[in-house]
Amino acid sequence: MTTASHPPASQSATQARSETRSEAPPSPSPVLETRNLTKAFGGLVAVDDVSFSLQAGELLALIGPNGAGKSTCFNMLMGQLAPTRGAVWLKGENITGMNPRKVWRKGVGRTFQITATYASMTVGENVQMALMSHHHRILSIRPRAHRLYRDEALALLEMVGMADQAERHCAVLAYGDLKRLELAIALAHDPAVLLMDEPTAGMAPRERIRLMQLTAEIVENRGVSVLFTEHDMDVVFAHSHRIMVLNRGQLIAEGNAEAIRNDPRVQEVYLGGGTVFAQEDAADA
Amino acid sequence: MKRKTFLKTLMGAAVAVTMAPFAATAQDGPIIVGEINHYKRMAAFAGPYKMGIELALEEINAAGGVMGRPLEFIFRDDQGEPGEAVKIAEELMTRDGAVMITGTILSNVGLAISSLAGEKGYVYLASEPLADSLVWASGNDYTFRLRSSTYMQAAMLAEEAAASGATKFATIAPNYAYGKDAVAAFKEVLTELNPDVEFVAEQWPALFKIDAGAEVQAIERAKPDAIYNVTFGTDLAKLVREGGDRGLFDGRTVYGLLSGEPEYLDPLGDEAPEGWVVTGFPWYDLEDGPDGAFVKAYQERYDDYPRLGSIVGYMTVQSIAAALERAGSTETDAIREAFKGLEVASAMGDITFRAIDHQATMGAYVGTTALRDGKGVMVDWEYKYGGDYLPSDEKVMELRPGN
Amino acid sequence: MGLFIAQLITGLANAGALFMVASGLSLIFGVTRIVNFAHGSFYMLGAYIGYTLMQVLPGAVGFWGAILLAGIAVGVIGMLVEILVLRPVYRAPELFQLVATFGVILVVADLTLMIWGPEDLLGPRAPGLRGVIRIMGEPVPKYDIALLVITPIVALLLWYLIARTRVGVLVRAATQDREMVGALGVNQAWLFTGVFALGCGLAGLGGALQLPKGGADLLMDFNILTAVFVVVVIGGMGSLPGAYLAAVIISVVNVFGVTYLPQSTLVLIFVVMVLVLMIRPYGLFGRPEVAGEHGQVGEPEKPIRPAGTQVRLLVAAGIATLAALPLYGSSFSQVLATDILIFCLFAASLHFLMGLSGLVSFGHAAYFGGGAYVAALIVTHSNSPMELAFVLAPIGAGLGALIIGWVCLRLTGVYFAMLTLAFAQLLWSLVFQWGEVTGGDDGLVNIWPADWLNDTTVFFYLALILCIGGILAMRHVAHSPFGYALRAGRDSDRRAEATGINVKRVQWLGFGFAGMMAGLAGGLFVFSKGSVFPNEMEIARSFDALIVVFLGGVKTLAGGVVGAATFKGLEEVITRFEYWRLILGLLIIFVVIVMPEGIVGTARKWAERAGWLRGEETRKRKAREEAA
Ligand SMILES: Nc1ncnc2c1ncn2[C@@H]1O[C@H](COP(=O)(O)OP(=O)(O)OP(=O)(O)O)[C@@H](O)[C@H]1O
Ligand SMILES: [Mg+2]
Repeated sequence: MTTASHPPASQSATQARSETRSEAPPSPSPVLETRNLTKAFGGLVAVDDVSFSLQAGELLALIGPNGAGKSTCFNMLMGQLAPTRGAVWLKGENITGMNPRKVWRKGVGRTFQITATYASMTVGENVQMALMSHHHRILSIRPRAHRLYRDEALALLEMVGMADQAERHCAVLAYGDLKRLELAIALAHDPAVLLMDEPTAGMAPRERIRLMQLTAEIVENRGVSVLFTEHDMDVVFAHSHRIMVLNRGQLIAEGNAEAIRNDPRVQEVYLGGGTVFAQEDAADA
Repeated sequence: MKRKTFLKTLMGAAVAVTMAPFAATAQDGPIIVGEINHYKRMAAFAGPYKMGIELALEEINAAGGVMGRPLEFIFRDDQGEPGEAVKIAEELMTRDGAVMITGTILSNVGLAISSLAGEKGYVYLASEPLADSLVWASGNDYTFRLRSSTYMQAAMLAEEAAASGATKFATIAPNYAYGKDAVAAFKEVLTELNPDVEFVAEQWPALFKIDAGAEVQAIERAKPDAIYNVTFGTDLAKLVREGGDRGLFDGRTVYGLLSGEPEYLDPLGDEAPEGWVVTGFPWYDLEDGPDGAFVKAYQERYDDYPRLGSIVGYMTVQSIAAALERAGSTETDAIREAFKGLEVASAMGDITFRAIDHQATMGAYVGTTALRDGKGVMVDWEYKYGGDYLPSDEKVMELRPGN
Repeated sequence: MGLFIAQLITGLANAGALFMVASGLSLIFGVTRIVNFAHGSFYMLGAYIGYTLMQVLPGAVGFWGAILLAGIAVGVIGMLVEILVLRPVYRAPELFQLVATFGVILVVADLTLMIWGPEDLLGPRAPGLRGVIRIMGEPVPKYDIALLVITPIVALLLWYLIARTRVGVLVRAATQDREMVGALGVNQAWLFTGVFALGCGLAGLGGALQLPKGGADLLMDFNILTAVFVVVVIGGMGSLPGAYLAAVIISVVNVFGVTYLPQSTLVLIFVVMVLVLMIRPYGLFGRPEVAGEHGQVGEPEKPIRPAGTQVRLLVAAGIATLAALPLYGSSFSQVLATDILIFCLFAASLHFLMGLSGLVSFGHAAYFGGGAYVAALIVTHSNSPMELAFVLAPIGAGLGALIIGWVCLRLTGVYFAMLTLAFAQLLWSLVFQWGEVTGGDDGLVNIWPADWLNDTTVFFYLALILCIGGILAMRHVAHSPFGYALRAGRDSDRRAEATGINVKRVQWLGFGFAGMMAGLAGGLFVFSKGSVFPNEMEIARSFDALIVVFLGGVKTLAGGVVGAATFKGLEEVITRFEYWRLILGLLIIFVVIVMPEGIVGTARKWAERAGWLRGEETRKRKAREEAA
């Protein structure tokens, strides 16, 4: 089997799907929902009774100071961590405690705060890997992996603006490029939900804006629902449909940019804590 | 590009091998015998053995060699690995022009070479390995063995043990094939001679990893009348020390297989056990006869005294020379036929390579240990002829299915 | 009751030397992350040096002084080894240093033989401590009592050093987080040197202390190694209290095993080890490894590519030359080539596992020997044709690898490696001990191929086809999605799991596949040699493969094969010299220092630097030039 016999399925499928989505009335039921989600590490309650929902086609931001519990929350959504209490529902199905592989197959993709890519492979192969997994080809030993789903991978890389780097060694990429690569990987199985943990950390301001615009386009064109965390408030206010604020594991506010900006509790958390609504690159990134 | 290095190496080896001189096979050159041993792994044993061989070679060649040609040994180290030994044996026979192979101390290496010898039709004289299976269960037409086997030496001690009248025995042997064979043979012969005996404890320490204190406690707990010991080397040293300290040997006779060989007795120095009945090699008391002559020649040649390995090495050369003379040829089949029933006037007297199982009738010295000048020695010893301690011919035929 | 107490005392006394050697190893591992295979050699040196000193120094003061001095002397030797051999390779890939320590084993072994000669030395008695005292009527040697007192004292001193001094703070900090030490402004190199010296000194002390209970001999380096590894792993790598407790447990269990299960002496400690690791995967006091904790991960690997036309042509030409060997080579050259080919396949199978999945197996010989034994057992015990036995060899080994891999994959990193070692030893002792079936160490003999194969040349061709075929097949799999998935799991477990790849399952199948290929090599081996013995399963065989894979270059596709062929070829030449271990050891150390990425890896780097090969370096340089 060579790649030639594989039509670039992913793209056409996406098109078809986004069309049907835009024609259908917006669904009232959320794509992703948590109920009383809680995670305790020993005595420390990192996520405390968090309930929220992500609507179809929504770009939802989850913000909060360092250590607020954002990444922990993400890890429970996709199954990297099992919650201490509470539940996660995906498209009406309870996926609490399901392992990340299964959650992924059900249509959730994610990027990590500390990027997770395959350092020994090329950029293109990183994306092909996800495509092979999507097409259940992981255990096959016959074809040459380097040629499998190459066109689809290039299309995805094109989307994030990295097609020209497809042959580069992943280990030598700049951090911002790694983030974009992760996004391409996360989109490989055409997910319904995309979780992005600090997608713009380590990028220059112009790059950040570009990436968030790209994300917005993806939401628009592909009908993906996105939940993301971010420290750069400009990015958050400019690009999210809705914002949730997490502090010490608890959801303290929720609403549009205006509401959040004016919320006294949020102001206290940020201003009182000595930090301003400004760039605050994740130190651990 | 990467594979090239690999090929180069391989080619290099191949070329080196091909270019090797074939002079060795010439009719007037020396007769070559391949000697494979664990020169590194068992240096303390292989060293004296090699010295014995070299002494015999010097004597034989000074006297005109064999069939008018000098006799030469090629010594090769097998690292104590059977697989390596098999490869070296092939090299010796097909490249170096050896007419036959000899050597090895470890039984497993001996068995590996023997298996090759049987398959490829090389004559192999197993000089030192003791395993009974070498000439019996796994015996083949091309393998002969010089040294008195485990069974023979165990039978000699069993005879002594039966005569002592003791009935409750404990055994301690390293947990591997030699130890198991040695215990099985001892039990078999002793029970035959004295059906009343009872074995109250069987201890199996791991080879060279003995936990001597615990073994001594375990044996003591069984309260035997006598003990049969098969441990050797560092295990023996530890056992003797712990057992002596804890009084295990008080009022009990110990029958020690090989314990009287200088290789094992000498490292114990003044802590050598006293009153053990052992097989060994009392070179210090050998004056007359061929063995005495050997000891004298050895001490003159080297600034050292002989070990058991030395005389085995010496007798190995004697046996091979005799076989070659008898064969009158260096053809494998002729040598093989010559070995069958070969009589050798050896350093331990006349011995025969039995046609029935290819085992030589070399004997062993059996005596009691004592301390003399701060060193362990054997006293009241007696040379026992190996031919007297082998099972009946019918039994041997049964044991040797290859026949 | 009296006996019970006496047995307990025996066990505790035995724990002494074991604890000292093990604590040294554990300390070294905890701080430097070096798995010091040479630790047994330092123990042996301690015994020999102590022995010599005791001959010179008189009386009780001399005796105890000799023990102390032996410890110090070995510590100094350890320091030199660290500075000369290990320091140059701290930046090499994970676990690479163990190859250097393997070279040290060989060098020390031959030097010891040169200096002290081949004969076993009986340890001198401790002055005034000859004989026994009676405890509830049971005799207990006085020296046992002395050991009973000394061991806890040494342990307490060590504890004080670690818990109460500045040096100890640094050591603990380094054990927890090596980066932090650099941040504390401490010269990390000297801390490593110091710890290595201390660890070796402890081993030397252990060697000297056991003299009155045994002596010094040339096999003691390897003989103690397994027990020490077992203690360190059971205790938890890097943990001193763990080492103490484990040494006591192992020693006491052994004493009671000797009494109540005398046949169990070989198997017992491995059973204990496997049990402990099943319940507490990181040992009694160990903590889980953090990914990449070994530091020294080195540069990430380069992306792999199928070979280009040029290389293919070269390889094809090479294979053709090899295939023509019977035309120009002697019969022995075919035997030798068969040997080397089989070893190359074996090494390549381990390399497949290590290189692609990053799983380091310390017990790969289990599958090589396992395959050999499957074939040999079938031939011996059933009258099935050779061809069937041969086919079942890789299948049996592969199944075995699947079973063992299933258990071992619960762990990661060094713990995984140690568990594979434990299982390999367990299998080895089974084969060694179960004489009725396996022939014990007398092995299985007369396992020859069927008549049509029994010719040297024909068998050479079989080996050639299967070994080259196997190696090429593994290479092909490396380029397939499955091979990529193995690398994906190694590179980023998180990413792989988050994109639907079941990393454990992929690794498990990879482990089975590598075992199967090793089994194929084992099957070829047994029919080429006509016999098989437990040697083919023992640690030394696993190490053989491990060493050549590292020396060839883990992070290259050809490393296993190149390393195996190079070293098997060299060995063939070197072992003809009397002090071949010395030469080989020095050679290994030399390669380790000069080529820290293995032969292939470093050669490639050199080639890139010289501009013969395009790589990131040249690309970067070009970019710089263009910019300028
Ligand atoms: N595996 C863990 N074990 C114990 N504590 C943890 C663990 N993971 C996270 N925590 C703690 O939980 C809290 C929340 O951490 P989390 O990483 O979710 O914060 P975050 O909001 O993502 O912060 P940041 O903005 O720095 O990424 C922190 O106090 C962190 O120390
Ligand atoms: Mg975070």
